[in-house]
Amino acid sequence: MTIQFNDETFRDDYSFSNSQRAKDRFPFPFHEDSYMYSINMEQHQGGPADSIYEKRFDVDEHYLAEMRDRALVLADDPLRCQSLPHMTLAGWDLLELIMVSKSEDYPELFELHRNGFKWHWINKPMGIEDHFVFMDETTLPYGPMEYITRQTQGDFCVLDQREDNLWMDAGMVTTQADWSLDFDIGMNFFEWHAPVPLAHEKGIFKRALKFLLSIQQGAPARRLNWTMTVNPLLDTSPENYHKWGVQKNTLTPENLGSKQHLRVELQTFFRLPRSNGLVFPIRCYLMSFQDIMAKPKWGRRLHRVVRDLPEELATYKGFIDNRPMMLDFLAQYDDGLPTSFGVWADEHSEPSLKK
Amino acid sequence: MNAPAPNSTAPKVVGAEKIKVVVSAIVPLNNLVTRFEFKRAGGGQFPTFSGGAHTVVEMQDGDFKRINPYSLMSDPADRDTYAISVRRDDQGRGGSLFLHQKVQVGATMTLSFPVNLFSLDLRARKHLFVAGGIGITPFMSQIKQLDAVHGNWELHYSCRNPELGSYVDELTTKYAHSVNVYYDDKKQLIDLENLLDGQPIGTHLYVCGPKGMIDWVRTTAAAAGWPDAHVHHEEFLAPQPGKPFAVRLAKSGLSVEVGEHESLLEAIERLGVEPPYLCRGGACGQCETDVLESEGTFIHRDHWLEDDEKSSGVKIMPCVSRFEGKTLVLDR
Repeated sequence: MTIQFNDETFRDDYSFSNSQRAKDRFPFPFHEDSYMYSINMEQHQGGPADSIYEKRFDVDEHYLAEMRDRALVLADDPLRCQSLPHMTLAGWDLLELIMVSKSEDYPELFELHRNGFKWHWINKPMGIEDHFVFMDETTLPYGPMEYITRQTQGDFCVLDQREDNLWMDAGMVTTQADWSLDFDIGMNFFEWHAPVPLAHEKGIFKRALKFLLSIQQGAPARRLNWTMTVNPLLDTSPENYHKWGVQKNTLTPENLGSKQHLRVELQTFFRLPRSNGLVFPIRCYLMSFQDIMAKPKWGRRLHRVVRDLPEELATYKGFIDNRPMMLDFLAQYDDGLPTSFGVWADEHSEPSLKK
Repeated sequence: MNAPAPNSTAPKVVGAEKIKVVVSAIVPLNNLVTRFEFKRAGGGQFPTFSGGAHTVVEMQDGDFKRINPYSLMSDPADRDTYAISVRRDDQGRGGSLFLHQKVQVGATMTLSFPVNLFSLDLRARKHLFVAGGIGITPFMSQIKQLDAVHGNWELHYSCRNPELGSYVDELTTKYAHSVNVYYDDKKQLIDLENLLDGQPIGTHLYVCGPKGMIDWVRTTAAAAGWPDAHVHHEEFLAPQPGKPFAVRLAKSGLSVEVGEHESLLEAIERLGVEPPYLCRGGACGQCETDVLESEGTFIHRDHWLEDDEKSSGVKIMPCVSRFEGKTLVLDR
């Protein structure tokens, strides 16, 4: 399969768009007509052909544009990428994991040739070719984590594991849903999740941590998370809230379908072999409401989920003020028919909208 | 769980990944300890691992499947060979005797992916290792890992006598300035209080050996004001024999008699029920099981459950703990 990479932007004129293929493989996150937190974890060992779950690190049509956007964010704010001194080994672990995975999963796009510690990496889409010595930082233009995550879609939290806890001790975070690596760096699992409402009371984080601590080499896991974003904006960071927060006020009933995006994160978890750390890639997929409405089942369901979401969650996810306008739009696509269980659009079996 | 992704089976988190291996070398080190080396069956490379990791070895001993954890003591950077060193335990349940007496070069076994419950704290300015006897094994891989990056470490290794000092020659030859050996026979003791007193700020202390040594090192360090987070230990317990007892598994609707030399976990597995595990030695917490009903006495031996969980009889770690009494019903 050849991927046609989009020439598009995630800022200013927002020329981002999803092709039909991207729309069809969008990870719609709701398996039923309502939503509440759950750990919803499963093994990350492939998935249906051409789905976003198939490869260890999904590469899609937005790859080059996302990497250009990341470079712009880093140029403005280098603190989006940080690695505490003891995390360099984990950075090499991550570089190895990504290079090996991508060269095996996308041999037409990426090549890795290894002769002992002498490595040769070719990234054809980005036009990068480097010879370097594995574990020798001086032979790469950046530290190992920064080098490889400037070439890989998604944010990356590289976590140290000690004292029966996980610590946010390194990361590359430029496409985040309103949290800051610079603020969270050095925090443990409970500290960086402190702002999340309702989940602590449900014991979600204790159970999630227990699960994550026991993730084994060779047995990565995954889950989905979601939020809402006005305009196809990757960098919804607290650092730049003054730029994007105000954009939430630009929604009108006329432009909502194209401006309002459902933002879905594919979160994966891999044990890192040399450091015994854990890497937590967070890959962001955006889809406009009007594109989602083209799938009748997703349209019906999104209306019901947004309508019935507890107020705390709508506030935390940042769309409580726009919810009434969103519901006016979404209600047009909900004819009250039942929906099938599961996340897939089921376009061949679900009835089309009854106007 | 509400798995969002499609075609998912119930997540099976642990115990899922296995590696088929062939025994490639058996090297007796002394009267008690033998090293077993493995190559991947069918060729290919092993995953890298972190110093201090262990693997869970599955051995077919006639009709009985033996499953024991051992520290990986080979070089983590060596992806062609894994090695473990096994001390023969004549009083044990037979796993080490099986390895020593029945396993030959060319035998096939199954290993788990490496799991590390005794990881180096990579923030440490210095790593101070205290080993007793066969407790040297996790340090062998940690030392190789640190040596490759010129890490700052020091080993204090206590053995019964020179004959039983596994790897003493290798260690003292390669790392003469970092290795200190003590022989019980010669009444050589680690001067622990002085040793701890002389360490630079940012040192992490690691101990692996007999229970008495672990307790001594942890107590001494605590008394000297070392923070808990800087003191690491690894102690896997072997299941101990005991009186047979009956158990009923409520979810599966099955019952089984746990034999004298069998662990509760092994008896449950014999029925085809597979609780998750990482260590089978009372440390990792994975096989924690809810007790639904009991009339009798628990023999808790694990390091995982809190004291109140043990005394209230609501949970049991079936890998190392047993039961004596009339009724035991588990949520399995």
